[in-house]
Amino acid sequence: MTGTYLGMPAFPEAAAVSTKNTRLRANLRHATHTIRAKRAAAVAELADWERLRAAGAAIKDRTLRHLDHYLERLESTVTAAGGQVHWAADAEDANRIVTELVRATGEREVVKVKSMATQEIGLNDALAEAGIRAYETDLAELIVQLGDDLPSHILVPAIHRNRTEIRDIFTHRMARWGRPAPEGLTDAPADLAEAARLHLREKFLNAKVGISGANFMVAETGTLVVVESEGNGRMCLTLPETLISVVGIEKVVPTWRDLEVFLQLLPRSSTAERMNPYTSTWTGTTDGDGPRVFHLVLLDNGRTDTLADTVGRQALRCIRCSACLNVCPVYERAGGHAYGSAYPGPIGAILTPQLRGTQSELDASLPYASSLCGACYEVCPVAIDIPEILVHLRERVVEGGPASVRGTRAVIKPAKGHAAERAAMRAARWALDHPGVLRAGQRLASRTRRFHPRRLPGPGRAWTDTRDLPAVPAEPFRDWWQRTHGDGNRSEGKSTT
Amino acid sequence: MRVALFITCVNDTLYPRTGRAVVTLLERLGVEVGFPPEQSCCGQPHFNTGYRHETEPLVRRYAAAFQDYDYVVTPSGSCAAMVRDNYPRIGAKAAAEGRGQELTELAAAAVPKTYELTEFLTDVLKVTDVGAYYPHTVTYHPTCHGLRMLRLGDRPRRLLAAVKGLELLELPGAEECCGFGGTFAVKNAAVSAAMGADKARNITATGAETVCTVDNSCQMHIGGTLARQGSTVRPVHIAEILASTEGDVW
Repeated sequence: MTGTYLGMPAFPEAAAVSTKNTRLRANLRHATHTIRAKRAAAVAELADWERLRAAGAAIKDRTLRHLDHYLERLESTVTAAGGQVHWAADAEDANRIVTELVRATGEREVVKVKSMATQEIGLNDALAEAGIRAYETDLAELIVQLGDDLPSHILVPAIHRNRTEIRDIFTHRMARWGRPAPEGLTDAPADLAEAARLHLREKFLNAKVGISGANFMVAETGTLVVVESEGNGRMCLTLPETLISVVGIEKVVPTWRDLEVFLQLLPRSSTAERMNPYTSTWTGTTDGDGPRVFHLVLLDNGRTDTLADTVGRQALRCIRCSACLNVCPVYERAGGHAYGSAYPGPIGAILTPQLRGTQSELDASLPYASSLCGACYEVCPVAIDIPEILVHLRERVVEGGPASVRGTRAVIKPAKGHAAERAAMRAARWALDHPGVLRAGQRLASRTRRFHPRRLPGPGRAWTDTRDLPAVPAEPFRDWWQRTHGDGNRSEGKSTT
Repeated sequence: MRVALFITCVNDTLYPRTGRAVVTLLERLGVEVGFPPEQSCCGQPHFNTGYRHETEPLVRRYAAAFQDYDYVVTPSGSCAAMVRDNYPRIGAKAAAEGRGQELTELAAAAVPKTYELTEFLTDVLKVTDVGAYYPHTVTYHPTCHGLRMLRLGDRPRRLLAAVKGLELLELPGAEECCGFGGTFAVKNAAVSAAMGADKARNITATGAETVCTVDNSCQMHIGGTLARQGSTVRPVHIAEILASTEGDVW
């Protein structure tokens, strides 16, 4: 049973705690810097990377513009190939559909391929409530599940753990879930992998039902695609009798030709590989080979609302590579849990407030979880302008405005708790729009500069707790200009310093 | 060629020395500089915090203040990027709200003439050796908006490399954000401070006497953090280094 993101504090409070966790900081720094450098090298190998990136963005945009068409096409091709398609408007819908499908098989256990969509909807908890045990089979997801923990990274869910912690989790928790860890387990990576392999092999061989997500769905043939490194996905997709795939509606691509672009973009961006070890594709069911029953649950859960937003819809291009997390200086220091959803890092900061809305304190704080440094946009393989969307969502938080809510046009109210800031911003704008007032303020600051405190009270403490204030100069620039150049607009003669 | 200085609100109020350096430098290079006093702030603090509508009067003010000039030069990568990237967005959003093309037209006039200082030197004046002399060791931190929005590339480094007496020392992790981020510095103070502390440690480790950027707002955060760490490294804006000569050392 995994934990839940419900009731977590707003980003600044959670991050204030995690930035002080020196072990977490060291784990994350090491992991993100390593993968960051490898990605840069893998991408630099391709002379046409920028064109690939533009192609990826263009294919996604075109598909999203005609999403209804491609989804209906997908439904017909999957059905023709022997699959059954289910439509889920939200998380509750999807969980109910999957739970009923598992119940109908009479099984009480399922094996899972790592899947962001099922994390997003909290499927494991819903299944547990129905008395069904879901076993995570991705190594990192297994570590998270055994540790009663939450994923903190899209690609490497246990990135916040180092190998000693993993050894302890395996030693103490594996027995509760099945085959125990071998006696005297060391923290050598090969030993840890072997312990996981032995533990998971029993699950694969016993499983009658597998649950997966998908990286892509090809509309022209009804083919689903899972891209992975460990081979656990291949096991889950081929051994069980029943396969249930829960996939966000934005994962559809029109043709195999389109898929080819993403199969180049994704591995280099995520694991820094030219090609990932396992790419599994399946089209409905095949007699005598693989699952006999295949269900595809197409998940909306806020995606149609996101699509209705002309700026925010770029986020639906995301192929979940996690390159943006690995370059983000905020993610590196705050850790993934502070983002309070299955989607941490920069992509989470723009996706979660669109999928869940901006009404909770946590969700309203996410668009501000960025210094707008732009490193995420630079590495994004589908060119999502994350800083642009962050600022766009900040506006939704403080000003409210029109948005699509569950498929209906609505006017969102500003989030709570911004009244003082709004008043300050308005006052500042007024002063800046009246240079006489600005100048009077500057002069006052200059004349009283000897009396300025070194530490500020109230909200100003957020600055002076860790940083000195700049010294206010004897005169602002505009006074110097007037003194040396007169009121005239142009400079006259040599200036003095 | 009518050239105006856009000093920016932060430099005007807190770093007038940088403004004096820009004027000194440009005049030395034979450029006549104007300073329209109606100018104030580009609106970035408002826009980036989500107050787009509060930004609009400042877009109008910027456009009006500089309408008679061919070039607007500003010693801030961040403020130049605000004009160039965000003014057209503000115009497009106003148009989408049914408020016509006014802001789009003002943005279209402002964008092509707005230059960050080092861009103006290398791209318009086409100089890299500005005749400067600065007998110090310097490490250069490329600030994010100059680096990733303006794509300044190696312009600042080329200018610094041509300064006599200056020794440029490599900054480890140079392209990582310092953690300032405008209101981010107080809204997410813990993360901002953690990023600043790492940046400041990297700067001190270079052994340089000064750290140079094209943005005093980032430098306010870096300098404040360096001082709190007890570091003796001085933050200096690139304009002040380029203004310095053998006859007039800054």
